[in-house]
Amino acid sequence: MSTVYNEADPYAGSRETTEGRVYTVTGGDWDLTFADPHGEDRLVVNMGPQHPSTHGVLRLVLDLEGETVTKARVVIGYLHTGIEKNTEYRNWVQGTTFVTRMDYLSPLFNEAGYCLAVEKLLGIEAPQRAQTIRVLVMELNRIASHLVALATFGMEMGALTGMTNGFREREMVLDVLEEITGLRMNHAYIRPGGLAQDLPEGAVESVRDLLEILPKRVADFHRLLTGQPIWQNRLKDAGYLDVTGCVALGVTGPILRAAGLPWDLRKVEPYLGYETYDFEVPTADTSDAWGRYLVRMAEVNESLKIVAQALDRLEPGPVMVDDRKIAWPAQLSLGADGMGNSLEHVRNIMGQSMESLIHHFKLVTEGFRVPAGQVYVPIESPRGELGFHVVSDGGTRPWRVHVRDPSFVNLQATAAMSEGGMIADVIAAIASIDPVMGGVDR
Amino acid sequence: MTGEIVPGDGEAGFDDATAPSGGFRKGAFGVSGSGDTSGFGGLVRVEPGGAVALHSTERPYGGWFDEVTDALIDAVGQATYDAAVLRVLVDRGEITYFVAREHLLTLAQALRDDEALRFELCSSVSGVDYLDSGGPAAGATRPRLHVVLHLTSMTYRRRIRLELAVTAEDPHVPSVTGIYPTADWHERETFDMFGIVFDGHPALTRILMPDDWDGHPQRKDYPLGGVPVEYHGATIPPPDTRRAYR
Repeated sequence: MSTVYNEADPYAGSRETTEGRVYTVTGGDWDLTFADPHGEDRLVVNMGPQHPSTHGVLRLVLDLEGETVTKARVVIGYLHTGIEKNTEYRNWVQGTTFVTRMDYLSPLFNEAGYCLAVEKLLGIEAPQRAQTIRVLVMELNRIASHLVALATFGMEMGALTGMTNGFREREMVLDVLEEITGLRMNHAYIRPGGLAQDLPEGAVESVRDLLEILPKRVADFHRLLTGQPIWQNRLKDAGYLDVTGCVALGVTGPILRAAGLPWDLRKVEPYLGYETYDFEVPTADTSDAWGRYLVRMAEVNESLKIVAQALDRLEPGPVMVDDRKIAWPAQLSLGADGMGNSLEHVRNIMGQSMESLIHHFKLVTEGFRVPAGQVYVPIESPRGELGFHVVSDGGTRPWRVHVRDPSFVNLQATAAMSEGGMIADVIAAIASIDPVMGGVDR
Repeated sequence: MTGEIVPGDGEAGFDDATAPSGGFRKGAFGVSGSGDTSGFGGLVRVEPGGAVALHSTERPYGGWFDEVTDALIDAVGQATYDAAVLRVLVDRGEITYFVAREHLLTLAQALRDDEALRFELCSSVSGVDYLDSGGPAAGATRPRLHVVLHLTSMTYRRRIRLELAVTAEDPHVPSVTGIYPTADWHERETFDMFGIVFDGHPALTRILMPDDWDGHPQRKDYPLGGVPVEYHGATIPPPDTRRAYR
């Protein structure tokens, strides 16, 4: 540390500015760069947008004094794809395929929220079986999403086995979702008025098998991480944010519940019949990354309970509203190629009924119209309040779809959680927020 | 419930007799003057520009809407309320207060702090561009840019919507970041996408688009972009320039 800065050092140039000397470090030994051993120099570190522990293309600009973070600035927008704008140029049904790609770890929540909003505008309600299946697939999706949150948490804290285990279990859930919807992610399975197709044969058994295995795997996860002293020391007191801070910054979901407020929209503003399911809202009172870890672990178990109940109450019935002016003309079934099709319907429109063919094309290419107005529908995604503000002008396309993505709002809390702490805790804080950049940037 | 379309549910008085010209269209497939056998002929639709700009729900609003409105009047005083709230619309079980921008902060402060209101959480701030969506007073002075705030009362489990409208020439709205710190990024996004300027925001910069970007992409007069796709000599235009149903 006592080495005086060497002007000839090819790795660290410097220049004088009005705010003092600014060094540009491109490599080499930092001891050679800093003549000041007391850390009075401010160091601005750019983290990301491509950095393994920033959860996708998130960029952090950290002001450091020694290892203490004095200022944390978050830069987003690297994954902005204009999904909200794009939905305005497609019909209402196609909107599903766009919103499902926003928060790519919870696609079924995006679809469900969007469809509930469209259904509220239309003044319709999906049939009971469709609602139950929606709950079923959403809770499976919540488990998959939390498993990724826990896996990346492990990876970023240096517990790589946590990552491999988490992704392995998540893949089991995705296999079941693939069996049901045809795709691992970006399902476009939930549609305005119901579902794209009914559960395929054997899906119920697959879900039951999953319900057998997953509780054991969750217990393994606890054995692997929860009791481990290193894990506890890394997480406890890191990324502190209490209830007041959460509400002021709009933070919802596991972060708010880890601060002690049992605010879960499935309980406080139930939708899709959640009030009839028996489950708890896990909370913690630590307000830190440790509490958020525990809340997510507990929520996996609660979701398993809901899935089991949804399976038990599945009654045969339609999965789409029977209004033929909204529901697509054929009830598709899932083929081996993962695509929906209906040979019977193709035979009808191509060989038997001209009117059916006209109706098919009007509905599929033009789409249905939605009475003018605006609605805001919030649902509880794995990351918090996922709100859809949808405006219709009475046409076949949305006039405006705005998504209140929980990752976007929660990420604002980064500075409040990490300023004044150590740089290592910034990683713990962001991992505990569990932001998904596809949702943040949309 | 089997898909019966109820136009403008909850808004009494939407019929041809009271309809403003230009704001309404009939027929679900956009057909007029033909023998529409599709069954959609009875559907009346309302353009939101017209609906937003013209209609007001008469009291009582029903449910807890009256409670909240009375509490708001108590909190800010009748005179301020009359000046601040231009209209109230109850539609599809949601209440919207159309607010004059000079009074937005007074209302927001009261909504957050008053014991009978307690809207602690600002769920969302976003914009809507109602360009060319029908309704009266079309033209340059039309307040086409709307700012929509969704407030949530965690205490009473209620949600309300505040909406204000500004013109593209004078797109200034007071920032609510002083009352709801969460509005910071929401307002930056709304500025980025719609060019609405939130006066009093601590650092109103672009958030999703690059800093040097021109224009505000989610305005309706901003094109979607995209390039034509060519295949075997045939060209498919980008989505926003394709032939479309009206």
